[in-house]
Amino acid sequence: MEKMVFEETELRLGLPGNNKKKNNEKKRGFSETESETESDENNNSDETSNTTVDLLLNLSSPKKEANKNNNNGAVAENHSSPNNNKEKNLLPSDPAKPPAKAQVVGWPPVRSYRKIMFAVQKSSTEESQKNEKNNNNGNGNGSFVKVSMDGAPYLRKVDLKNYNSYPQLSDALGKMFSSFTIGSCESEGMKDFFMNERALMDLLNNSDYVPTYEDKDGDWMLVGDVPWEMFVESCKRLRIMKGKEAIGLAPRAMEKCKNRS
Amino acid sequence: MTHSGSSLPDLPNCTSTAAPMSEIRSPPPDRVLEIVLENVLHFLTCRRDRNAASLVCRSWCRAEALTRSDLFIGNCYAVSPHRATSRFRRVRSLTVKGKPRFADFDLLPLNWGAHFSPWGSALADAYPWLEKLHLKRMSLTDDDLNLIARSFPSFKELVLVCCEGFGIAGIAAVAANCRLLRVLDLVESVVEDADEDEEVMDWISCFPDGETHLESLVFECVECPVNFEALERLVARSPYLKKLRLNHYVSIPQLYRLMHRAPQLTHLGTGSFCASDDVAVGDQELDYSSAFAACKSLVCLSGFRDILPDYLPAIYPACANLTSLNLSYADVNADQLKPVILQCHKLQTLWVLDSICDEGLQAVAATCKDLRELRVFPGNTREEAEGPVSEVGLEVISQGCRKLQSILFFCQRMTNAAVIAMSKNCPDLVVFRLCIIGRYRPDPETHEPMDDGFGAIVMNCKKLTRLAVSGLLTDQAFRYIGMYGKLLRTLSVAFAGDSDQGLKYVLEGCPNLQKLEIRDSPFGDAALHSGLHHFYNMRFLWMSTCKLTRQGCQEIARALPHLALEVIDSQEDKADDHIEILYMYRSLDRPRNDAPKCVTILQ
Repeated sequence: MEKMVFEETELRLGLPGNNKKKNNEKKRGFSETESETESDENNNSDETSNTTVDLLLNLSSPKKEANKNNNNGAVAENHSSPNNNKEKNLLPSDPAKPPAKAQVVGWPPVRSYRKIMFAVQKSSTEESQKNEKNNNNGNGNGSFVKVSMDGAPYLRKVDLKNYNSYPQLSDALGKMFSSFTIGSCESEGMKDFFMNERALMDLLNNSDYVPTYEDKDGDWMLVGDVPWEMFVESCKRLRIMKGKEAIGLAPRAMEKCKNRS
Repeated sequence: MTHSGSSLPDLPNCTSTAAPMSEIRSPPPDRVLEIVLENVLHFLTCRRDRNAASLVCRSWCRAEALTRSDLFIGNCYAVSPHRATSRFRRVRSLTVKGKPRFADFDLLPLNWGAHFSPWGSALADAYPWLEKLHLKRMSLTDDDLNLIARSFPSFKELVLVCCEGFGIAGIAAVAANCRLLRVLDLVESVVEDADEDEEVMDWISCFPDGETHLESLVFECVECPVNFEALERLVARSPYLKKLRLNHYVSIPQLYRLMHRAPQLTHLGTGSFCASDDVAVGDQELDYSSAFAACKSLVCLSGFRDILPDYLPAIYPACANLTSLNLSYADVNADQLKPVILQCHKLQTLWVLDSICDEGLQAVAATCKDLRELRVFPGNTREEAEGPVSEVGLEVISQGCRKLQSILFFCQRMTNAAVIAMSKNCPDLVVFRLCIIGRYRPDPETHEPMDDGFGAIVMNCKKLTRLAVSGLLTDQAFRYIGMYGKLLRTLSVAFAGDSDQGLKYVLEGCPNLQKLEIRDSPFGDAALHSGLHHFYNMRFLWMSTCKLTRQGCQEIARALPHLALEVIDSQEDKADDHIEILYMYRSLDRPRNDAPKCVTILQ
């Protein structure tokens, strides 16, 4: 019985094979479009911007976050490349499966230094091409920041572009350093805390560890006090600090918050 | 043949010094057989053979223990260091493996364990004659490295693979103190960045002056600049050096100098393979290909960390002899790859980035008829609709490289037909790892699950021992695996299956299964229960984000007392009572006491 199944699949090889060849002649690999960028430095050809757009859509702005998470399939279909109409139907339409998240921890199973390596290579190639894009929304560029934790002799690097919100980042950090209870850094919740200094002090006293970050000004801030996109832009490195020590940051955080509101 | 050191009374007619016959005591009769056995067992090198010999009877077990000089510990928590050193008294070479593989992908909390320190102190006591230490996925500190450096005067080989927790200071201690060092291999390990404020220690200068015994120096993963002048002097005074793998702080002009210093190299990791920032590309027109022509013994090339593809032609003189080429850090396209690969007729191992596209794979298939191992890594890891390699590339490889034994292939799309073709064209496959990056993706041509493809692999590849599956998979795929995967030892599953039945098929059907790692699949307590008969034969089982409950795990723990069930949960409050991670392994000793708070060990 199994053999029949295989033969059926074999028979199907005939027809798609021809179409596939045609598609491949037109289909360009990722690096081929890259090399086009090299030769036409100032000329943003359509294909190149398509490729850029391809990547952009997976890192859509946080406003569309909710939509994107539910309609990953739809998003991909909308930007189908001109060459591969078949590719539109690739993503699972099976409603029983959960909608694909933006980026899943540990998937695909590639060691993180490979991701870092590649992102670094890409960014140095693009810098040398005087890329005018602001790199706000990636293009494969990571936003890699070091993460250290008080008491742990480990440093890690995370790509902030892998996450779309504080809960996602908190989740990932939680997995990495999960032997300690890390104070929550949901953005909505944090705002309430910042309005109320007493509540903030309670939080810091009750958490073993709190995530903090160094921003562009060189100040150490509590994670969660600014909107997510602003955080990704301004965060230079992360430090998971003991809750009690982080209390020292609270007044500064309160002030920056008050200045904003 | 060297004696392991067990005391053999001199036998008559075999003494080199003439001792009077009356002073030679004949060994007691029951010892004679053991002595003969010990001498014979010296010839047994394979550890599986030795394990079998040790089960014959107590006498054989003793004899085997005294003569085992290479000790392999597949799971550092399966035995305590004390138990290992008590049984095996004459070990010269030790391998210890720690964390499960999914730790590489950040699925395990950072300070979970696999600490080397308890092993370090036990070894220092028990084996002062230790020569080789090979650690994988262990956590070791600079203090541990210091201990190693100072405790073993005959120390010759240190190999650290996927380890972390140590820094330059530890490496420097080894370099400075291990005078007989032949091998220092740091592979895929996280070597701590020094804080930007602190100065980076110059560990290369810590090697003692004079001629070294170095045969292999691998430090690609060390993320710190090296003192190049010191490195050049070191290479110049290491006449036995055959393997040299540089980190990306070594530029191509520097590589040039090193290669001319060491033309006897067989394995070379090229470092950055681009010019340093100080020197503009056109400045020194060094003939880099002359360096590759000078190293006539090169068989393995890797590195190319920041490659400028313009420099790739420099390696042409070496291509004809290459058996192994690792371009997996090099964003090289098909046109850049072709002139290189078309000369590599002897290639047996190839690691590349998918930037070479299906077209590049075509060139590989056309030339590399002897290919045994292929790995295609993803340049872009996002779950896109398109990718540069596909079923076309896989099929072409299967047609051209019939001797293929091991494949790791990342792609965005794959068809059952291509996988089936590979199962038929490459019957020698021992390792088949296919990763379709888009989760739950069906066959794009037929819209069916990928069950039939993987089914064909287990059915047709009769030597298969390692399998990793992906794409949309139903329980049927696991039914095939259970039915045909009789030699399977390692199975990796992610985002697959429909129900408990899937896992049941595997646990009931695969008698040789030793390592099972599963994530994000709907397998629950009932499925786990069906493996009770087999768990003692496994090195480990990993299940994360499945449907296991604490109660289910507790039942297993009660049924099998020598099984350690580690439940790892990072969150306190959850919607359901499914545990996050189960890591399970057999253990002869009490549960470990070095686990962090988030780990509960069930008994």
